[in-house]
This record gives sequence, structure tokens and C-alpha cells, in this order.
Amino acid sequence: MSLVIHNLHARVSGGQEILRGLNLEIQKGSVHAIMGPNGSGKSTLSKVISGHPDYEVTSGEVLLDGVNVLAMEPDARARAGLFLAFQYPVEIPGVSNANFIRAALQARLKDGEELDAVDYYGDLYKEMDKLEIPRTFTSRSVNEGFSGGEKKRNEVLQMAMLKPAYAILDETDSGLDIDALKIVAAGVNALRSPSVGMLVITHYQRLLDYITPDVVHVLVGGRIVRSAGPELAYELESKGYDWIKDALTEDVHSEELAAV
Amino acid sequence: MSTEVISQIDVDRTRGDFSYPEQHTFDAGTGLSHATVDYIAEVKQEPDWIREFRHKALDVFLSKPMPTHWASKDLENIVFDNIRYYLANSQRPTRSWDEVPDDVKRTFERLGIPEQERKFLAGVEAQFDSEAVYSNMKKALGDEGVIFVGSTEGLKEHPEIFRKWFGKVIPTGDNKFSALNSAVFSGGSFIYVPPGVKVKHPLQAYFRINAENFGQFERTLIIADEGSEVMYMEGCTAPKFETATLHSAVVELVAMKGAKIQYVTVQNWSANVFNLVTKRAIAHEEAEVKWIDCNIGSRLTMKYPGVVLKGRKARGEVLSIALANNGQHQDTGAKMIHAADETTSNVISKSISIGHGRSTYRGQVYIPRHLKGCKNNTECDALLINSTSRTDTYPAITVRGSRNSVQHEASVSQVSAEQIFYMQQRGLSEAQAMSLSVNGFVNDLVREFPMEYSVELKRLIDLEMEDSVG
Repeated sequence: MSLVIHNLHARVSGGQEILRGLNLEIQKGSVHAIMGPNGSGKSTLSKVISGHPDYEVTSGEVLLDGVNVLAMEPDARARAGLFLAFQYPVEIPGVSNANFIRAALQARLKDGEELDAVDYYGDLYKEMDKLEIPRTFTSRSVNEGFSGGEKKRNEVLQMAMLKPAYAILDETDSGLDIDALKIVAAGVNALRSPSVGMLVITHYQRLLDYITPDVVHVLVGGRIVRSAGPELAYELESKGYDWIKDALTEDVHSEELAAV
Repeated sequence: MSTEVISQIDVDRTRGDFSYPEQHTFDAGTGLSHATVDYIAEVKQEPDWIREFRHKALDVFLSKPMPTHWASKDLENIVFDNIRYYLANSQRPTRSWDEVPDDVKRTFERLGIPEQERKFLAGVEAQFDSEAVYSNMKKALGDEGVIFVGSTEGLKEHPEIFRKWFGKVIPTGDNKFSALNSAVFSGGSFIYVPPGVKVKHPLQAYFRINAENFGQFERTLIIADEGSEVMYMEGCTAPKFETATLHSAVVELVAMKGAKIQYVTVQNWSANVFNLVTKRAIAHEEAEVKWIDCNIGSRLTMKYPGVVLKGRKARGEVLSIALANNGQHQDTGAKMIHAADETTSNVISKSISIGHGRSTYRGQVYIPRHLKGCKNNTECDALLINSTSRTDTYPAITVRGSRNSVQHEASVSQVSAEQIFYMQQRGLSEAQAMSLSVNGFVNDLVREFPMEYSVELKRLIDLEMEDSVG
């Protein structure tokens, strides 16, 4: 049981290729981290996997427990068990958080089945308490007027409620002060289990102090160029991305020549 | 919201799109002339003053140009010669559903009307083409002196009240379509609530067009006497025919001193209906009139419910929601005419335009110089879904003098691709995501609506979104 990304090539529709033959496998129960410099394709990867309409896959596969999700609509992918914690969560005016999460859960039920309201609020309050979210949150509009920390906590809350098989956390640490980061990381850690695989995308090693990954990958130029244990994050932190870029220059260069 | 509540409200477009074969005892034929007017007056055995009123109105209608210098050119596509102006089977509505002819009864059963009546209504009138086929009210209300009948019956049996107010709020010549209605009107409700009587449950009218090439011209007159309260709700549907259908009603409300009238419309005509309606109220001292106006259906709707604030401290309100899908133009708004000191008015309009749909807000607020302590608040918000839809806002606010205040806000927003993607990523389909955004947009307004209608409205919005995504 795993999320397999095989030889993935993708671009912004009509634009230049951003992902250039990316390979990755995330087993259930494991946490993988992807680190990379700006422009390496980190956010593109999360959007392509979740089916953002602005991106176009030119070749490759994304297999969720063996099923290729690339032909599926974004909502079908989500219902199949894929969750994306957004780097920039979107505001939805007039729609309360409680109604939004409820609608998302309802969408996972069969026709004619109805979510039990009492159970739902019981679960919601339990998860909100873990993330130190006050009860007034339920009636506020989704992400509207939220601080950066509130938005990211809301993403983790939704993840907790929707119980995905695979979760991608896109720069979940961006815009967070250290206290908010600790709360969000604790929330994510609480969701680690043998039934979920996680992909944590981050620019900085800081988040990985709190969410310890099993594997760290380095993404440069649209491909995974290094994979190792958590120690790789510290190496990147001390040496910077240039170190790995320099080490690769020759490699990439020769490949580009081959492509001509 | 529980399923139980939803199942009570069985009125939606998919249910409305059906028809039974016609058999009409009374048929004024196709086209409009003084002979048509005579036919209607004869069949209805009307007094001479009404017959004269109709003939004069027809002359006014014929002499007035189409208001296409400010309104949609689509009005020119109405072929008045192809329309049938009066179709009915009987001149008297029954008091029991059992006596309603089978086909007609089946129509209203499919629309869920008898069921709603049992569950939460104080009275129901059901109009089928030109005449009410059923009209009934809880006995207790009758004992208190409340009158709730069709306009034909009101004219015959309560002439002293009817004649006093009929045509006084909206004069024949107000506009071309009020003149048309005045010439050929038939059906609609007549309501009188005696002083101090508070009608707890809503009275409902349901307007059904069954015939093709037909014009429905109901005429409603509601009088709430001093200190009384009443809520009236109207629903409407028609099957979708290839040719255009015309619906042109006139609704007059009179709220006497301290009275409260709430008038709720959920308009869900099929997309071939021209819906050109004139609605106005007079609010006397300390009276309150609230129009709740939801326009979901029709090809072209032009409707600007108004309140003439005639007595000190009178209050007028229009809450309106319009949804314009492909091929639809919702041209709606409000009129608030302040004519006494310390009168207040509130207009909140929300429109949603989808695909090639177009919505227009037209407002008129008038506060003359000699008044003091008058207030108006106007808010119009428009939501656009995808780039081909269109919205226009024409708020005309005239406030003279320094002792009155006015506040106006307008906004246009769009459901963005990022919002839809975010919601889809949580597992909602594109249609569900759009529905949720639209419901979010109208949410604060819908909260003001009676519960039964807010549930129905949500369902209608869901259906529209499903259709628009395809």
C-alpha cells in the first residue's frame, strides 16, 4: 500500500516543463520530506498530484494504492484518500467551517446516507481541542480573516477530520511563528499512524525538527536528486542548496546534452 | 438540516416540468382586443365599473410604448397576438381537494401543495392558468374575520373593501404591464386581516401555468388593518414549452397603522416565461412591510417591489435574491418612496450570474426635502460565476434636505478557480463546490427568511448548480 509517483513530467498548461521525470514512493505509515530550493518544483508537485486545473501532466503516473489517479477529477482523488494541506489556504466567504467540513464528510458517504450531526460535532470538538482551536471557530467563514497560524491549524483540523490515506503538507511551516509551528507539528504528529502516508514539503529544515521524517528527498530541477535519512536535512541546513546544486551541475548538464 | 424538513418542501424545477392535456370550458381565444376584455368580464359576470376599468386599461396598454429605452430589448420578442389571455374550467374554486378535477389535483399533488397545507400553512389558494381551482383557510381564521379568497370572489363578496383599495396602490397607467394586467386580470388573492388579528401561520398561494402560449395575469390585494399581522407566500412553476409564456401580475399591499405584512416569493418559472410583475405596498403610520423576493426561474424577470412610506415611522424592507443562469436575465430591485417623517427603508439585494446569465439591480429611493429623520440603507452584492456572466447595478437614490440619511454599499465578487479547487480537494464535486459558494454568498440574507423557504431556496440553488456544471 503506497503512493507511487513514476517518471512524472508536468508543466503549467502551455508552459515550460517543471517536473522532469520525478520518481517517489511513499508507503503507508511513513513520513517523507521533500526539500528543495525555490523554483525546484515543490509546490508544482503537490498541485499536480491533487489535480489542479492549471497544470498539465505530459507523461508518467501517480498510483494511489495501485490506482492511477491522473485521469480522476480533483474531488474523486480526494475521496480516494488524497489530502493536500495548502500552502495558501483559500477563503470561502459565508461558508462556516463546521458546514464546510461537514459537507466534505457528507460527500464521502453513499447516496441516501446522512452524517450523524451529534457524532460529527463530537469528533470535530475533540480534534479542535487537540489543536487548541476555540469553539467560536465553527461558525466563522472558512479561512476568512484568519491569521497565518489559524489557517494552517485549520488545514490540520480538516486533515484530522477527513482521515486521508495519503497527505501532502505543502510548506505548512510558512508564515508560522515558533509557537504556532509547535502546535501544528504536534497536530500532524498525532495523525501519524500505520494507516497514513505523509509527504511534507518544506524549504527549511526547521519544520523537520518537530516532524521527524523517515526519509528526506532533495528536489532540484524537477527531479529527486538525493534521498537519505533525516540527517540529510541537517546537511542541507548547514551546507545550503548550492552544495547539492554544484554536485549536480555536471549530471544535469550531460542529460540536457543528451536530450538535444 | 434534517431530511425530514427537506421532504416537506417538494417544490422544485424538475417537479414543475410536466403538464396534462388541456380541456377548458372558458377560453378567450388567441390575441388581445376589446372583445377579449368583454369575454372575460362576461364570463366572470363582473359589475360595470370593473368592465369599464378593464377597457380603459386596455387603451392605456395599447397607447404605451415598450419601455425598451431603459429595459431589455428582449421585451420585443413578446408576441401579444399569439397569447391566450383567459383559460379556465370553472368560475368557483372548491374548498376541498376532493372536488378539484383529477388532472388538476394531480398537478398540485406532484408539486406537494396539499401536503404543505396540512403541515404548516394557515390557508392555501391554488391557481391553475386563469382561475383559482382551490381555496381554503383554517376555520379559526375565518371566525376571527380574516378573509382569504381569490380576487374574483373578493370582488363579488366583499365589494366594500375591494373597491376601496383596488388599483389605488398601483394605478393602471403605472407601466405598460400594470395596464395589461388591469385589462385582463384574473385570479390572484384577496386578503383582509381585521384590526389586531395576528395570523400566526403563513397563507400561501401557488400559481401554476399549464397551457402553452398562455398569459397569466393574477391580481393580488392584501389589506392588513390596524395592528394586524400577516405573512403571505407565493410559489410558481410552469412546464417548459418551446414558445414563450407571459406572466404579468399586479400585487397591491396596504398596511394600516401599526400593521405588519411579510410577502415572500419564490419564483421558479421555467426558462421560457416572461415574468413582468408590478408589486407595491403602502405603509401607514408605524406599519412594516417586508418583501422577500427570490427569483430563480424565468427567461426575463422585471420586478421592483416597492413600499410607499406614507405614515410617520413606517418601515419598508426588500430582501431579494436573484439567480441568472444561461439564457436568463433577472432584472430586479426595489423602490422606496419616503413620504413621511422618520420613515426607514432597507434594501438588500444579492444576485448570482452563471454562465451567460445576466442580473441587473435597479433601485429607486426617494426622500424629499421637507421630511426629517428618514433613513435608507441599500446594499447590492453581485456574484459572478465564470467570465461570461454579467451584472449591472443602477441604484437611483435621491435624498434632499439635510435631515435625512442614506447609506449605500455595492460589491461584485467572483467565485474563483482557486476556491473551487480548494473545495474539490476536500472531496466536493464541482457542482457541490459552486453550490456551497453560492449558498455562502446568500447565507446572511437567507437567515432572515422563514425556515421552510430557506430550505427550498437552498435546494433550488443546488439544482441550478448541477444543471450549470452539466
